[in-house]
Amino acid sequence: MLSKRNPQLNKHGELIHLLSTEGLPRAIIEQILDTAGSFLSVNDREVKKVPLLRGKSVFNLFFENSTRTRTTFEIAAKRLSADVINLDIARSSTAKGETLLDTVANLSAMHADMFVVRHSESGAPHLIAQHCAPHVHVVNAGDGRHAHPTQGLLDMYTIRHFKKDFRNLTVAIVGDIVHSRVARSDIHALSILGVPEIRAVGPKTLVPGDLRDMGVRVCHDMAEGVRDADVVIMLRLQNERMNGGMLPSSGEFFKHFGLTPDKLALAKPDAIVMHPGPINRGVEIASEVADGKSSVILPQVTFGIAVRMAVMAILAGNEA
Amino acid sequence: MKILIKNGRLVDPASNLDRVGDVAIANGRIVHLGDQGDFGGFEAERTLDATGLIVAPGLVDLCARLREPGHEHEGLLESELAAAAAGGVTSLVCPPDTDPVLDEPGLVEMLKFRARKLSRCRLFPLGALTRQLQGQALTEMAELTEAGCIGFSQAEVPIRDTLVLSRALQYAATYGYTVWLRPQDAYLGGGVAASGAVATRLGLSGVPVSAETVALHTLFELMRGTGARVHLCRISSAAGVELVRAAKREGLAVTADVSINSLHLSDVDIGYFDSAMRLTPPLRQGRDRDALRAGLADGTLDALVSDHMPVTSDEKAVPFAEATPGATGLELLLSLALRWARDAQLPLQRALAVVTAEPVRVLGPALGSLSASAGRLVEGGVADVCVFDADASWSVTPEALASQGKHTPFAFASSGFELPARVRCTLVAGHVAYEAA
Repeated sequence: MLSKRNPQLNKHGELIHLLSTEGLPRAIIEQILDTAGSFLSVNDREVKKVPLLRGKSVFNLFFENSTRTRTTFEIAAKRLSADVINLDIARSSTAKGETLLDTVANLSAMHADMFVVRHSESGAPHLIAQHCAPHVHVVNAGDGRHAHPTQGLLDMYTIRHFKKDFRNLTVAIVGDIVHSRVARSDIHALSILGVPEIRAVGPKTLVPGDLRDMGVRVCHDMAEGVRDADVVIMLRLQNERMNGGMLPSSGEFFKHFGLTPDKLALAKPDAIVMHPGPINRGVEIASEVADGKSSVILPQVTFGIAVRMAVMAILAGNEA
Repeated sequence: MKILIKNGRLVDPASNLDRVGDVAIANGRIVHLGDQGDFGGFEAERTLDATGLIVAPGLVDLCARLREPGHEHEGLLESELAAAAAGGVTSLVCPPDTDPVLDEPGLVEMLKFRARKLSRCRLFPLGALTRQLQGQALTEMAELTEAGCIGFSQAEVPIRDTLVLSRALQYAATYGYTVWLRPQDAYLGGGVAASGAVATRLGLSGVPVSAETVALHTLFELMRGTGARVHLCRISSAAGVELVRAAKREGLAVTADVSINSLHLSDVDIGYFDSAMRLTPPLRQGRDRDALRAGLADGTLDALVSDHMPVTSDEKAVPFAEATPGATGLELLLSLALRWARDAQLPLQRALAVVTAEPVRVLGPALGSLSASAGRLVEGGVADVCVFDADASWSVTPEALASQGKHTPFAFASSGFELPARVRCTLVAGHVAYEAA
């Protein structure tokens, strides 16, 4: 079979869509993180705007409900001076039977410059990127279980901010890895940036052995998983996993895999605790930890806006 | 019409025939096969010069969906039987998952009648094993057989209730009917891609190998108790091949086939969510593909099938998991059989056997009087013939296919696949059903 070109890059190797952290050149990830760093100061200014996307239209296409991610993309686009149009498609056109590609074609006709897409099916942003007008950039804001690359990149920004160097870190990702797009995006980005040990921690129903194919160490014991870790990333446990199909109860999960001060004590003394939010206190993370000195959950949110600004600014500067 | 096919290389795996000669056809039958000459004053109304071409039995495809009745937007009897003829296929077996389901004798008679009128390809329908394929009540198998069904199938709907499955096998065994089942556990088989590195990486829900092996173990155990004869449709895994091998060694009355897709592709070909690769059974890993190829070579797997399924563009231009599974295949069957044999360094005879004599052996007595001559070249037998150019090479451009389904993983633009062999002429019962322009 023909080898297929990475659809995120143009023929010069520049980023034209952000669909996944998988296969991103290290230099592009570093460029995004560096650019995000320069945007952080914008967020501290009295007038929190730069004119990089002035006159551009960014369409937020959320086929799956989200408040937090959509809001951070909206803030990021507005701080770049873009016009932002929010479409809550979960409740509109597709409910009337319009296909995904028809929706996209219609919005393209409204002269969109960028689509920020969230969809419940893995691969939906790839499909849109394949079929939209050539000048339009697609940013994946989460597709099925596949990828959530801006979350992955803001996690990298956070780790770099607190740990400086990736090359001697142990990172533990804990919880529902198999259904997590955040975990996949983190794992790819961490591998590209040279993290030597990435652990996936949880019960076998949520952390199956074939995750090893992604280059992670699979741990079914929390103590083994967090011991001497520099970074602990806790994932949100979705309610639908807790009702007996994959886990008997949230209580049993918390007892064995929840991050409590005792468990965190096994990690390095200067370990940081991350979470993509929204957190379930007492399900995957104890309040003492979420609010404790190791937690960097709120800085993650702040960095998230700068990282999303960086992604949009870089995409807007590259042509298909 | 009297037809003379002159000076072709006659290849018939069933009789181990491979020689240059003539074939004379009259009244739908082969009246002479072999030496060139005038064979007692045979006056051909039409002479086909087959110099440099191969004259083989018409192909027999054990799995092709025509989509009629009920799915005419995807395929019509007319377009899909034309595709069969263009692919050199002269007999095909269609599963019962039409709408309405083939669980009534009248529907089967109608379908057979309409296909016969088109006279492009012989049609052998499978009847539904249970009413509406719901896995609850048995169909009138004897009535359906009289109407023309050659076996009974659940198509893509596994029977969940093991008691029903056991009784269906018992009842079919009473009359010696073959039950055609794709081994897939209803609960484990819910995903959209084979479990493994690719599905994990892409975040696609997986179908583990155990979906196939659990179903096979269950079936074999029930076969031992009931004495039923079972044809296993589209084995997809190395472990599945191994279980079939063991069952045959044990002496169970079992046969099996594999699809052209599983024989040539693996999950890596999904690439970036290519919905042309959304297939059932799902494409598995390279080692599974290798085991399927070896299993077809050594006879563990009896036949190669096109698994033809015309799907519209609208049904594929959606995210991977939402895409309708399936691909067009009738026009690729011969080329992909030959390509497999070439890759595996197997003789032409074996490549043709898995699409002619072997599928006829699978069908067995269900073919009635045809079982003696379909899928082979034999004097006195039916003149179902495929004439092809083995030296031609081609690549698939979907628009050029006769099938209404234009989606195939082997389209050149995306796959770069070069295929051997082009069909020049297809004869069904002595009529020219297809002739290349």
